[in-house]
Amino acid sequence: MKATIVDLKPAVRRPRVRWGDRLLYLYTWAIIVWLCLPIAVMIAFGFNDTTGRLNLTWQGFTLKWYGQLFSVPDLTTALVNSLTIAVVATLGSAVLGTLIGLALGKYRFRGQGALNIVQFAAISAPETVMGASLLSFFVQLGVGRGYWTILIAHIMFSLSFVAITVRSRVLTLDPSIDEAARDLGAGGWAVFRLVTLPMIFPAVLAGALLAFALSIDDFIITSFNSGSTLTFPLWIWGAQRNGLPPQVNVMGTLIFVGGILLAAGNAVVARRRR
Amino acid sequence: MTTDPALLRGMTRSRRDALRLFGFAGAGLGLAACGVKGQKAAPPKRNDVQKYWAGKTKHGHLNFANWTLYMDKARTPLKEFTKATGITVTYREVIPDDPQWFGKIAPQLQAGQSIGYDLMVVTNGLEFTKLTELGYLVPLDHSKLPNFAKNAGGPYKQESFDPGNVYSVPYATGLTGIAYDPKKTGREITSIQDLWDPKFKGKVGMMSDPQEIGNFGMFAVGVDPEKSTPDDWKKAAAKLQEQKDKGIVRKYYENDYIDALSRGDVWLTMAWSGDIFQQNLSEGSNLKFVIPQEGATIWTDNMMIPKTADNPVDAIMMMDFFYRPDIAANLAEFINYVTPVPAAKEVIAADAAKATGADKKKLSAIPTSPLVFPSDADYAKLRHYRSLTPAEEKDYNAVFQHITAG
Amino acid sequence: MRRRLVPYLLILPGGLWLAIFFVVPMVVMLSFSLMEGDVVNGFALTWHWQNYTEGISTYADQLVRSLLYGVLATAACILLAYPAAYWIAFRGGVRKTTYLFLMLLPFFVSFVLRTFSWKFLLADDGIVLGPLKSAGLLPQDFHVIATGFAVVAGLTYNYLPFMVLPIYVALERVDPTMVEAAQDLYAGRAQAFLRVVFPLSLPGVFAGVLMTFVPVSADYVNATVLGGTNNTMIGNIIQNLYLVNSDYPEAAALSFTLMAILLVGIFLYARALGTEDVLEVATR
Repeated sequence: MKATIVDLKPAVRRPRVRWGDRLLYLYTWAIIVWLCLPIAVMIAFGFNDTTGRLNLTWQGFTLKWYGQLFSVPDLTTALVNSLTIAVVATLGSAVLGTLIGLALGKYRFRGQGALNIVQFAAISAPETVMGASLLSFFVQLGVGRGYWTILIAHIMFSLSFVAITVRSRVLTLDPSIDEAARDLGAGGWAVFRLVTLPMIFPAVLAGALLAFALSIDDFIITSFNSGSTLTFPLWIWGAQRNGLPPQVNVMGTLIFVGGILLAAGNAVVARRRR
Repeated sequence: MTTDPALLRGMTRSRRDALRLFGFAGAGLGLAACGVKGQKAAPPKRNDVQKYWAGKTKHGHLNFANWTLYMDKARTPLKEFTKATGITVTYREVIPDDPQWFGKIAPQLQAGQSIGYDLMVVTNGLEFTKLTELGYLVPLDHSKLPNFAKNAGGPYKQESFDPGNVYSVPYATGLTGIAYDPKKTGREITSIQDLWDPKFKGKVGMMSDPQEIGNFGMFAVGVDPEKSTPDDWKKAAAKLQEQKDKGIVRKYYENDYIDALSRGDVWLTMAWSGDIFQQNLSEGSNLKFVIPQEGATIWTDNMMIPKTADNPVDAIMMMDFFYRPDIAANLAEFINYVTPVPAAKEVIAADAAKATGADKKKLSAIPTSPLVFPSDADYAKLRHYRSLTPAEEKDYNAVFQHITAG
Repeated sequence: MRRRLVPYLLILPGGLWLAIFFVVPMVVMLSFSLMEGDVVNGFALTWHWQNYTEGISTYADQLVRSLLYGVLATAACILLAYPAAYWIAFRGGVRKTTYLFLMLLPFFVSFVLRTFSWKFLLADDGIVLGPLKSAGLLPQDFHVIATGFAVVAGLTYNYLPFMVLPIYVALERVDPTMVEAAQDLYAGRAQAFLRVVFPLSLPGVFAGVLMTFVPVSADYVNATVLGGTNNTMIGNIIQNLYLVNSDYPEAAALSFTLMAILLVGIFLYARALGTEDVLEVATR
């Protein structure tokens, strides 16, 4: 019945619909191209056979920078720092954030509001202000800045992201499942390990990935609290004054590819669990 | 990934919790109210040197922090040093400019922590004064500096900023002048006023360091920076402001002006003398450096040991090693800055006689280069940084940072 | 009794972490903002409110500029992100996630590196402008880098994915049958969009603004890399005062001023959109 109505005026309606859609389609692709352009340039210049200090003009194709990936000593140290800090910060914030997320999702308790305010502030405060305040704190205590202060900062700013991700997942869980498990004689720990954790695991994983991404890429907060310890973004910042060596492009490319594989893997895991 | 709006709602709904939080914050404020102690150190005493150096031994390793483009790519002096002493050197060109470097290391030195380097190079400026006043530097044991005693040129043993070389010995001396790309400017650059030429609108680079840019502002209004008064600073600042307001300045640079000049982002810029020489060497570019007719700044970069250094004995041996004439000559040949070792001139001349082709041309130019061995006429045009008390410094910074941070 | 303690035990470690490394530092910074002194002679708490008045009057230009750049970049993000998110959500078909993923690709490259990449792409004699100049299409002294435009464009680029994602999520939840229903009721396409789709997507726009406006206004990386003279943002000043001048009191006062302005801005914005019901929709 509806089809007859459409059949009456196909000539008027369809072409107009298509034009708008086509425009939007092209527009979307234009945005994607714009977003990917600098990445493409970064990847391309990792293959540039440049000789001077400045990797500015195309000199020919080479793979040698992939072979000499670790020949810039500080750069390697910086990358290792970035990776270890990101891994430890991810684990730390995943554990602390999951616990908070569970508490907020499952229970009602006094002080919940205050915790929410603090978390909201920690998520929405400008990075410059957070970095600066943490620096003030370390100055006041007379603590020198370095690897450990970076780690502390990274756990601090990523744990709230894990907490809200986990919390929203916990809210969707049916509390009667817990009760059922308890009725069957499971203790608190067993309930958590065998029932709750498997169910919230996708959210924990998603939160952890987010924490990892935030940590490995953080520049502003890190720069305030790094002392003379270098991370990958800090090294790039310092080195660009004299031209970035092609190894930076190579490492950026590898992180890019690694990140995509990780995200794809996560998507596959999530699909399986569903 | 999205911010949970429930958090925001929690914020509007629980005013009581918010009040409680403020109470907590108030208590914290009480705790934090004690202030932060200053670190002003007493002037060094005679026995400080012995007290510090007693029992210190060589460790066979050292970490050296330097400025960019401040040694040949092969790091020849360091290799020679390792060959001669067995001490290995980790060398990093990590110092972008004095204020940033000071900002980075001061908190660590204050906390008594290692900054990761045993030897560093800092210019005779505000930061050097602060480092000495705060007691962040090791007093040098001159019995460990025989080459310095023998080979350093007279003026370098009586620098006004560190009389008697208590804390430092010079690494190199250099000039702040104008560098330009003759292909782009289309003419010779000779005067500070060229930096104000509207023809170069958006293509002029200036430095962000308050002392450097302040000096150039003063040259432009005909004031000797060394003898300048706060009124002169304001006059210079007005001149610099005019240059900025007319859109002549592209940007206020740190040591990245050299990158901008090579890319063609700027056509002429304030520059440090030796950088241009080294850039031409490594990139095959054809940049030029001039001492403007109005004058230029001369400064000294000094080697020093931070008080938290792990390997001070190795560091002081490295310092002294740079005063061997052959090593000083090698350094000067590559960095093209003024060397504090006059005897290096003969070594360079001898090297030039031995060399062939392009190397010969390059080397034989050095002994007569005003950038490495300035003549008396050149010296007459050169001015030092003005020394500033902490109170003056605050005013001075405020006047010139107002321009660079606009 | 033990059960009542459970939530407190759960939040204890994370809560302590946030209290010690987030709340207390904020308080310490607040106390710093009222101190006087310098690194050499030390700082003393003298309730020196002039740090605020002097800071605001000295750096009014940069404060205003930061908010302006923040508004411009956020608006540009909405304008650029919305149509693309709309197309993906309603016309993306089976490849929806692929398109979304392509939009999020920049997240996998370091923020600093992305920004430098633009500086390189748009260099005065670089791979884009160079050929145009030698072809005579642009004057020799034309430049994009070292302008306010470059800073806003860089900010827009860097934060666009943060806008695409929430708008997409909100649009994706809109039931296409509702649009059909509207059209069945003789609403035109534009009408259906304005009356049905757009209001339902507002929570997404709100979340996007929340995630872009604050970091954009406080950013200093883009202004440093892509800006020239007169493009300095308040983030640059705070960073400089802290890390170069070691003028902690002034820096702390400016940090608080900035945060206060941004928070007030967000609340006014939330109020204007009618927080409560907007958020009700978003939490569902």
